[in-house]
Amino acid sequence: MGVKLLLAKAHVEGIKNYDVYRREGGYQSVEKALKTMTPEAVVEEVKKSGLRGRGGAGFPTGMKWSFIAKPEGVPRHLVCNADESEPGTFKDRYLMEHIPHLLIEGLIVSSYALGSNDTYIYIRGEYAWIVDILEKAIAEAHQNGWLGKNILGSGFDCNIHVQRGAGAYICGEETALLESLEGKRGNPRIKPPFPAVKGLWERPTVVNNVESLAAVVPIINMGGEEYAKIGVGRSTGTKLISACGNINKPGVYEIDMTISVEEFIYSDEYCGGIKNGKRLKACIPGGSSVPILPANLLLKTAKGETRYMNYESLSDGGFATGSMMGSGGFIVLDEDQCIVKHTYTLARFYRHESCGQCSPCREGTGWMEKLLLRLDKGEGKMSDIDLLWEIQSKIEGNTICPLGDAAAWPVAAAIRHFRDEFEWHVLHPHEAQV
Amino acid sequence: MVQFSEQQMQEFNRLVKRYPEGKQKSALLPVLHLAQESFGGWLSVETMDYVANLLHLEPIEVYEVATFYSMFNTQPVGKYMFEVCQTGPCMLNGSDDIIAYIKEKLGINVGETTPDGMFTLKTVECLGACGYAPMMQLGKHYREHLTKEKVDAIIEECRNNAARNN
Ligand SMILES: NC(=O)C1=CN([C@@H]2O[C@H](COP(=O)(O)OP(=O)(O)OC[C@H]3O[C@@H](n4cnc5c(N)ncnc54)[C@H](O)[C@@H]3O)[C@@H](O)[C@H]2O)C=CC1
Ligand SMILES: Cc1cc2nc3c(=O)[nH]c(=O)nc-3n(C[C@H](O)[C@H](O)[C@H](O)COP(=O)(O)O)c2cc1C
Ligand code: SF4
Ligand code: FES
Repeated sequence: MGVKLLLAKAHVEGIKNYDVYRREGGYQSVEKALKTMTPEAVVEEVKKSGLRGRGGAGFPTGMKWSFIAKPEGVPRHLVCNADESEPGTFKDRYLMEHIPHLLIEGLIVSSYALGSNDTYIYIRGEYAWIVDILEKAIAEAHQNGWLGKNILGSGFDCNIHVQRGAGAYICGEETALLESLEGKRGNPRIKPPFPAVKGLWERPTVVNNVESLAAVVPIINMGGEEYAKIGVGRSTGTKLISACGNINKPGVYEIDMTISVEEFIYSDEYCGGIKNGKRLKACIPGGSSVPILPANLLLKTAKGETRYMNYESLSDGGFATGSMMGSGGFIVLDEDQCIVKHTYTLARFYRHESCGQCSPCREGTGWMEKLLLRLDKGEGKMSDIDLLWEIQSKIEGNTICPLGDAAAWPVAAAIRHFRDEFEWHVLHPHEAQV
Repeated sequence: MVQFSEQQMQEFNRLVKRYPEGKQKSALLPVLHLAQESFGGWLSVETMDYVANLLHLEPIEVYEVATFYSMFNTQPVGKYMFEVCQTGPCMLNGSDDIIAYIKEKLGINVGETTPDGMFTLKTVECLGACGYAPMMQLGKHYREHLTKEKVDAIIEECRNNAARNN
């Protein structure tokens, strides 16, 4: 069994309730931070921990916190990104549903570190019942003196508000999220300036993922240095992986980033192997926008080394032969699955979710969807495959936000590794139709 | 006429109070959710104008937001809306068959409402339930690990609920 920091207590009976959570050691990090540490010292611990953003980009959290601007007299804000919409990703939901107080505890300590008196959780609109879970936890925290005015006599005031989105993947992108939180359409802003300088209502703002903020609790409890000893290299601590697709045990697993991909897929502690005794064909290891890998490149790198479930190993080989840790959405495809069809559903997803601001993304996602549908139905031509390649390469790097890249990469990787399947659809139109 | 009840007005005030002075526009999404729930599951122009007035916004500021987000319905919908996910991970677990089955059972296509106004079928993109696929959203909650039998039971359940509430 690997180390568990976030989900260790997730299955304790009644842990959703304040009393049980507190009895199990909850809110100790708030006591420690607010009574014995300065905000700067909290930031320093998080820096030492090596924690990297769990929303997908992997940017060091402590560094981001130290970048927050502190102009005189201007309030600062912490915003928790609970928009979780990347296909394959459902880890934040799991954490909030099962152990909501862990997030609230992390938010209080992080708000203290950043000087945020009003902190917002922006949660995807569809997670409507989780809003109730969070609001109940927040109310309990208030009643017990962990939120409100002058918390623990420290002079620090803090309130947490839950804001529901309304169905838009793009609002997970931090600047689109801030626009949405201001009551507007979710059109991403041009970065820089980063939110740390100009964010919510033009005030300095830190946006962090749910899991990143929950991880602050064990970091403060055990100290940044201890936390950094877990894991390997620059992949410190534990990571939540949501596993789905054709596996025996879909679900959310906490791993310590030293296990191999093979162990993760086949051991009974995690995915429990491929469903129905089938063979592994391919996998998208970090959410739908990262490159898909065929089985051979998934389990071993191009150099023939074991591939591990961590940031460095998953990206070993770059996009030519590797992929990314991304959001931790692990999607497994068995031997019977059709890559063209699967890629088509993802292309449709990105077309649906493009905000429409930049023409390469707006036009390109629609065009790719059409071509992929045509190919999937056995109505495509060989030249369509080259055209698809051409389109994706024109989107990448030419847009305001990375949704364009996110739409391009899955298509590029599918053609790179499974070109023969695309060609098969052209050569066997009748069989492709069934 | 569209108007919040006293209780809904209390909720409205709670929502607006979460933001600093002068930033009441931030309450727009939550208030639109409240309005949609309060006025028949969709946002008519009258409803949107009412919200604009309450929040001191121009009507266009409300329209452009209402049309951007997929959870806001700007057309009437059935009493029960089946929102079935069709993205990759759900597709790998048979969402196509589930969608086809619902179409057949209800006798409608995606995007349509049954003539009795009871059911609307909609396809949606990944709802964050990929490990519990295939799935759909029904009101505030998710229905996961769908099978044909489960779909039958859900339809039955909705009909019973509707009969009871009449
Ligand atoms: N969890 C999910 O559901 C999804 C996750 N993603 C992930 O999102 C990632 C892209 O996210 P982005 O925010 O565009 O990445 P990014 O690299 O621009 O930023 C990452 C974080 O670091 C901060 N940052 C970076 N440089 C900074 C600087 N110089 N000063 C201050 N702050 C700085 C940003 O503000 C942001 O919070 C992708 O890699 C993808 O994996 C994408 C879609 C959905
Ligand atoms: C299209 C798009 C969607 C995103 N969706 C999410 C999301 O749902 N949740 C999330 O935490 N980050 C998401 N991100 C990343 C955020 O922009 C940002 O990097 C993250 O919230 C920062 O938190 P972290 O440093 O704790 O990871 C998305 C990025 C893009 C480009
Ligand atoms: S890349 Fe796409 S989603 Fe991002 S800003 Fe441009 S059009 Fe909008
Ligand atoms: S793909 Fe259907 S819930 Fe994620």
